[in-house]
Amino acid sequence: MLKMGQISSVELTKDVLKHIDNTDGKLHSYVTVTKGIALDQAHAADKRIKAGKATPLTGIPAAIKDNMCTMGIKTTCSSRMLENFVPPYDATVVKKLNESGMVLLGKTNLDEFAMGSSTENSAFGITKNPWDYERVPGGSSGGSAVAVAADQALYALGSDTGGSIRQPAGFCSVVGLKPTYGRVSRYGLVAFGSSLDQIGPLTRDVTDTALVLNAIAGYDSCDSTSVDKPVPDYTKALTGNIKGLRIGIPKEYFVDAMQSDVKTVIEEAINKLKGLGATVEWDMSLSLTDYALATYYLIAPAEASANLARYDGTKYGHRTTDGDSMWDIMEKTREDGFGAEVKRRIMIGTYALSAGYYDAYYKKAQSLRRLIWEEFNQAFSKYDALVTPTSPTVPFKLGEKANDPMQMYLSDVCVLPINIAGIPGLSVPSGFVDGLPVGLQILGKPFDEETILRIGHAYEQESDWHTKKPALK
Amino acid sequence: MKLTRDQVVHIATLARIKLTEAEITMYSEQLSDILSNFDEILKRIDANVDPLILNELTGVWREDKAKPSYTQEQILANAPQAEDGCFKVKAVLE
Repeated sequence: MLKMGQISSVELTKDVLKHIDNTDGKLHSYVTVTKGIALDQAHAADKRIKAGKATPLTGIPAAIKDNMCTMGIKTTCSSRMLENFVPPYDATVVKKLNESGMVLLGKTNLDEFAMGSSTENSAFGITKNPWDYERVPGGSSGGSAVAVAADQALYALGSDTGGSIRQPAGFCSVVGLKPTYGRVSRYGLVAFGSSLDQIGPLTRDVTDTALVLNAIAGYDSCDSTSVDKPVPDYTKALTGNIKGLRIGIPKEYFVDAMQSDVKTVIEEAINKLKGLGATVEWDMSLSLTDYALATYYLIAPAEASANLARYDGTKYGHRTTDGDSMWDIMEKTREDGFGAEVKRRIMIGTYALSAGYYDAYYKKAQSLRRLIWEEFNQAFSKYDALVTPTSPTVPFKLGEKANDPMQMYLSDVCVLPINIAGIPGLSVPSGFVDGLPVGLQILGKPFDEETILRIGHAYEQESDWHTKKPALK
Repeated sequence: MKLTRDQVVHIATLARIKLTEAEITMYSEQLSDILSNFDEILKRIDANVDPLILNELTGVWREDKAKPSYTQEQILANAPQAEDGCFKVKAVLE
């Protein structure tokens, strides 16, 4: 974080806004840039800093994924369905960051309604990977990941339902954290899979992640799934010392489809952890990992089909006016307003919940979920953390998986199980293959973000991947 | 698991989405492919345990006390059509 004495928030904000102007034509991280608001907030932040009332985040320019409600500022979920929707309230995380003196640069691009792994499903254009403009930044929080990677924001918020913070963080060489389910309030996060969704930070380094988590975590009475547990000072966990920590490496995460160069990078990173004094046990087993994909792609779409039923053209959002009856208009509204991936997932979910199929699909997935969770619990009785690759491959090319949904879903095998179990997961930069980023994923016990942040930070101090920046030619 | 055209149309009706013919064909193929993959995976395991409730949070209630809320104006601000302080829609009952 910048030391605010040497530069004012207004100067910093103006600089970043200029940089966004210069780069976003190519990158398209932003759906909406809030220049006027940012400058007003920067002025206020400078006053607050002078008055000695600053927090670590005061005056720091940030970006927020466009599926979190910002009062008075368009919140589109990158969907035609909400193209002109202006929320009358702030999400709790936005309210908390405002209270800490955030400077809001704008709302970032995502896969529509957070459904996707490449940000190619946005209704408002594709976001490019700043390390190679012909490749995807990952998704669904692609805009947020790119904004941080390309210095278009000093930190960003993303959301993670099936890897949507961690996977793009890995693909863009930034730090991404999905907190434990219930650690951060979901109030104001447009719901996709309510038992899976969590908001989390994307940052340049682990220290910044700890600072943002300090600000956004905590019980919220507006979110009935929010857990009333005290929030520690996560920066205190960053001791640099991981001697004696027991780390397990689940073999099932090194899938057949894994690129061998990526495997090499991950193995080097894990050996570094060993060098730092952690006890590393290779080839331990999480035998139910293979079931996580089916479990996720039945539970998430089922919950999505229920959550997206509200988009009916009645109270807000898009309405197709050309129709003869209430049902006709509603059906056309949803046909016109939703993109292909959203419709696909609503259909899968509707099917899995429908009469005659509920037991075979949804109910079975829910049972599998408990088994997967129990398996993680067992593992955490032996290990303090588990380490895996974030993705089996480097970022793939734009368009490469767009026509094969199953291929797209398979790219998330390493990140999905974490949402199923509700445990926290951190992705940190761990190297490059042919100039393309590779992320290392660190998993922890529920509400033990401190251990995974400690490991991530210790690794970061011994490597310099997090200091590398894309050329942005 | 091959979904028939009728099944896809039925799902679309339940989901209240007016698909085009081309979409019905496309989703029929894609959904069949995806669900076949899952069938393959799911049949390998016998799972008959209670569903998971994360963090064991059940029966979370708030106090039954009215709190300040939004104005009619704020709530109608995003309405596709509004009239006399109401959301306007086509007739629900014929």
